Amino acid sequence: MRDPLSKLIRTIPPSGIRKFFDIVSEMTDAISLGVGEPDFDTPWHIREEGIYSLEQGRTFYTSNAGLKELKVEITRYLKRRQQLVYSPDDVIVTVGGSEAIDIALRAMLDPGDEVLIPQPSYVSYVPCTQLAGGTPVIIELKEENEFRLTADELEEAITDKTKILVLPFPNNPTGAIMERKDLEAIAKVIIEHDLYVISDEIYSELTYSGEHVSIASIPGMQERTILINGFSKAYAMTGWRLGYAVAPSRILEQMVKIHQFAIMCAPTVSQYAAVEALSKGDGEVRKMRESYDQRRRFLLEEFSKMGLDCFTPYGAFYAFPSIKRFGMTSEEFAERLLREQKVAVVPGTAFGACGEGFLRISYAYSIEDLKLALGRIGEFVRTLN
Amino acid sequence: MREKILNLLYNNSRITYEDMAVMLGTTKDVIESEIADMENEGVICGYTTMVNWEKTDTERVTAIIEVKVAPQRGLGFDKIAERIYKFDEVESVSLMSGGYDLAVTIEGKSMKEVAIFVHEKLAPLESVLSTSTYFVLKKYKEHGVTLVDQKKTEGRMMITP
Repeated sequence: MRDPLSKLIRTIPPSGIRKFFDIVSEMTDAISLGVGEPDFDTPWHIREEGIYSLEQGRTFYTSNAGLKELKVEITRYLKRRQQLVYSPDDVIVTVGGSEAIDIALRAMLDPGDEVLIPQPSYVSYVPCTQLAGGTPVIIELKEENEFRLTADELEEAITDKTKILVLPFPNNPTGAIMERKDLEAIAKVIIEHDLYVISDEIYSELTYSGEHVSIASIPGMQERTILINGFSKAYAMTGWRLGYAVAPSRILEQMVKIHQFAIMCAPTVSQYAAVEALSKGDGEVRKMRESYDQRRRFLLEEFSKMGLDCFTPYGAFYAFPSIKRFGMTSEEFAERLLREQKVAVVPGTAFGACGEGFLRISYAYSIEDLKLALGRIGEFVRTLN
Repeated sequence: MREKILNLLYNNSRITYEDMAVMLGTTKDVIESEIADMENEGVICGYTTMVNWEKTDTERVTAIIEVKVAPQRGLGFDKIAERIYKFDEVESVSLMSGGYDLAVTIEGKSMKEVAIFVHEKLAPLESVLSTSTYFVLKKYKEHGVTLVDQKKTEGRMMITP
């Protein structure tokens, strides 16, 4: 038989996290700090709204770009939280932030266009760029810069083929954030070189030092930014598969076109629930943020007690401790920790080669769970010393 | 800071000062003195354990009693409330707006015990005009915690990106 697969797809390796997932799945008694989603249930009033929308028989497609009501709420939210002014026509509601990343890249890339992707970062930017025909160019972020992207690093990576910068902050897996001054510095470079930015701000609500700043709010940047956000992290709605993008209309129109052919529309029930989330969910978001912040401090304190070096993360729900002094690779460390102490964490290399020497540890767990798992990690570190 | 301490204690009164200090980004001394102050001021009135008695062998009956009373001149409802809340059997007493005056919760070993209390102690009180007693059949949630067993659903996967 003929090979059914495309040449392109054969060049793309499966997600680095997949391999580790397979090892962990065999061990039913392991405890995990490896999860990239909230431990909270979706707040009940949001779920209730989903149930109600089913009862009301809202089981049809919505318009391609999403429910008008939801798009209005999204613009209100962006105004309220980030002082950004958008019209509902600038919004597309997507199947999670991940779809938005995919269609933004597909709408903008021609073969040979280069996309700058800071790493360590979420696993989909590189393959989505490749599938869209673009060329990923990795910028390796450094621990001494607290894994922020600097203007120099950006400048150095730019060629005459560079078209897009992916800006993933607050960052999964490092927990790094970009403050206003950091964004202003890179905005200058972006404008100078006439680039576009895909800003993945899915963790924006989980910022623990001051308020999150979107690059779109830096003067001159809104017209160059595809801002991506969603409901998964802030409202604990991962399984609802709902995100959105706001973008300049020329780009947005083409994103809607791809979405229209590939997806049709985001799930209707989720969209109605999301209207409730945005209009009445601020209080819960605040509570969950406070709770993550408490766990973050707890985790860092435990790391320092056991002598695990870790820069202070101010965003998302991950810490990215360094294990360099133990003379093991991230994978070796993670695998031994799993086998010897039955704690699952994700090797930093799952998020890019420069994640070598680090682990991603999620604190989307109760304090009790964290205590148990950190006790075991501490035990493991003691055996290594 | 106080509100944050109270929220933590409200959810888990066994949490240690050390953990609280770390979680709230302060020192153990601050936590200790804030809590001592709140105890002295009566903001913190005690530390209890939530028990789901249905899971024990102990027989226990809870009743909620709506009580209508005649307020007394100069004393309002406080005096009669006091005469009621002094009884050991009484778990809680609240002054209510609406169709009746005092909501009284009684804990007893049996329905009979509760009935005797109402007939012999509560109803005969001079200012009590009438009582309506409602027995609790099942408790679903208390103090923000769900008491009924919930079906375990498939939770999060062990590793996700």
